[in-house]
Amino acid sequence: MTPRDFVGRIGFYVLIGLVTAFFALPMLWLVGTPFDEQPGLALSVPDPTLGNFSELLDNRFALPSLLNSVLLALGTAVLVVAFAATAAYSLSRVRIPGRDVLLYLLLLLSSIVTGTAAMVPIFLLMFELGLIDSRVGVVLVLSGGLLPAAIFILKDFMDSVPKSYEESARVFGASAFQILRDVVVPVIRPGLATIAVWTIVNVWGNFLVPFILLRDADKQPAAVLMRTFYTEGGAPNLALISTFSLLFSIPVVVMYLFVNRKYGFRFYGGIKS
Amino acid sequence: MAQQTTLPPAEQPAPAAEARPRPATDVAGLGRGRAAAFVGPAMVLIAVFLVFPALWTLYIGITNYRLTGVQARVPEIVGFDNYADALGDPTFHNALFLTLVFVLFSAVLGQNLLGFALARSLATLRPVLRRVVESLVLLAWIIPGSIVAFLWLALLDRDAGTLNALLQTPGLAWLIDYPLVSIIVFNIWRGTAFSMLLYSAALASVPPSQLETARLVGASRWQTLRDVVFPHIRGHVLTNTLLISLWTFNDFTPFLITAGGPNDRTEILPVYIYNTAISGGQMGYGAAVSLIMLVINLIIALFYIRLLRERR
Repeated sequence: MTPRDFVGRIGFYVLIGLVTAFFALPMLWLVGTPFDEQPGLALSVPDPTLGNFSELLDNRFALPSLLNSVLLALGTAVLVVAFAATAAYSLSRVRIPGRDVLLYLLLLLSSIVTGTAAMVPIFLLMFELGLIDSRVGVVLVLSGGLLPAAIFILKDFMDSVPKSYEESARVFGASAFQILRDVVVPVIRPGLATIAVWTIVNVWGNFLVPFILLRDADKQPAAVLMRTFYTEGGAPNLALISTFSLLFSIPVVVMYLFVNRKYGFRFYGGIKS
Repeated sequence: MAQQTTLPPAEQPAPAAEARPRPATDVAGLGRGRAAAFVGPAMVLIAVFLVFPALWTLYIGITNYRLTGVQARVPEIVGFDNYADALGDPTFHNALFLTLVFVLFSAVLGQNLLGFALARSLATLRPVLRRVVESLVLLAWIIPGSIVAFLWLALLDRDAGTLNALLQTPGLAWLIDYPLVSIIVFNIWRGTAFSMLLYSAALASVPPSQLETARLVGASRWQTLRDVVFPHIRGHVLTNTLLISLWTFNDFTPFLITAGGPNDRTEILPVYIYNTAISGGQMGYGAAVSLIMLVINLIIALFYIRLLRERR
C-alpha cells in the first residue's frame, strides 16, 4: 500500500463515518430520550427511568390513537389483500380483451393520483358522502389508492401458479372459490404477506389522508395525533413525545426486520408507493 | 356459489379448436360472471376513490366551489378563471419555483448522488459495517413521517438542538434562516434509501470481468465509472431519477416541519394546495392547482412508461 492509497483509504472511512453520522444523528434522540429522567431536546446520556411511559396513560388520546392506527392499517390490509387477490386471480385466469392495457392504466393512474395531488377532490367527495370523520372513509380512500399496485404485483404471483393444480382440483369438483382458497392462496402466501406488510407500512405512516379526513381527536391515528403534541402551544411534553414516538415506530421497524429476513428488502423496497 | 362437479362443456373451448400456442382462456372454470364478480369489488373502490376524484378535479377547477357560504351550496361555473388566477398569482409562482428547487436539489441531485455513492462504497465495506450503515439509511426511510419530522425539529432547534451544539453555533434558527435548505437536507436524509437499494442492485449487474479489464489497463476510478459502470446502469439512473422526482414532488412531509413557513418560504405545491384549498376553503382554485400538479405527475409517469417499454 503506497502512502497515497493509505491516505485515500483513511479519507474514504472518514467520509463513510460522516455519512453514517448524518443518518444516525436525528434518530439517536429516539433511542435515549424515552428513558431519560429529564427528557430534553438535546442528546444526552440518559439518567435511566421508565417513568416517562406513564405519560402515555396520562394522555387520554395517546393509546387510543395507536389503536386507531392499528384499525386503519388492518382494515386497509384486509380490504386490499382480499380484493386484490380475487381481482388478480380473475385477471390472471380469464382472458379479458384489453386486460394488460387496463392494468397498466390503473397502475399509471395510481401513481399520478396521489393523496397530495387529489386531496381537494377526495376531501370534497368524502364531504358530500358524509364520510368526514369516519375511519371507514379513510380505509376506503387508502384502499382505492393502494389496490392497483397490489393487483399488479399479485397478478405476477398468480401467473406463476401452475394451472394444472387448479385443473386437478376442478376434476375433483372444487368450486372456483374453493380453488382460490385451498389451492391458489397457499401457493402464493408469500405474495399475500408482502402485500399485507406493504399496505400496513404505508397506512401506518400515512399522515395526509387521515389528517384531512378526521377532525375528531378520538378517531385520529397516531400519525395525526402526534403532530398535535408539538404544534399545539406551550412547551412540548417531551416525555410524552419521545415515548409515544418509540411505541409508534416499533411496529414498522419490526416488520422491516421480518421482511428483510424472510424475503430480503429489495423486493419490498421496489414497491413502496 | 354453485358447485361444479364436471367440466362445464359450454364455456370451455374444445382443445382442438384452439390450435394457437396460447394458454386456455379459463382454466379455473371461473366463467365470465364469476370472473367479473371477483374483479368487481376492487374495480368499484378504484373507480370511486381514484378515477372519479381525478376526473372530478376537472369540474371543480372551473367552479368557485367553497366550503362555506353561498358557493358551498350552489357553486357557479367560472370557466377558466381559476387557472388564469393561478397563472397570474405570485404565490403560485413562488410555490412552483420552490417545488422545482426542492425536487432538483433534494431528489435529482441529493438522493441520486448520495444513493449512488453509498451503493458503490458499501460494496467495498466489511459485511457487518455495511449492514449497520444500510440499516440506518433504511430506518430513516421507514419510520413514520410524523416522527422523523419531530426528530428534525429537535435536531434543528434554536436553543437546545443537537446541531447547534455540535457546530458550536448557539442560537442559530435553521428553520427560520435557512428553511428551504433545511427541508432539502431533510428530504435527502429521508429518501436516499430507495436510490441506495436500486443502485446496489444495478451495480451488481455490471459484469466483474469488465471491471477487472478496466483495472488491468490502468483506468482511473473516474474512467471506470464513466466507461464501464455507467453504460450498464444508464436505464437504472433514469428510472431512479423519475421515480424519486415523482415521489418528492408529491411529498407532504415538509409540511410537518415548516408548514410552508416562514412567510411562504417553504410553501411547495402540496403545502400550497393544502393551505389554499383545505385550510383556506378555496376549493375551486385549489382544484385548478391540483390539476396542474396531476398533469406534471402524468408527464413524469409517461416518461417512465416509455422508458420501461424501450428497455423491454
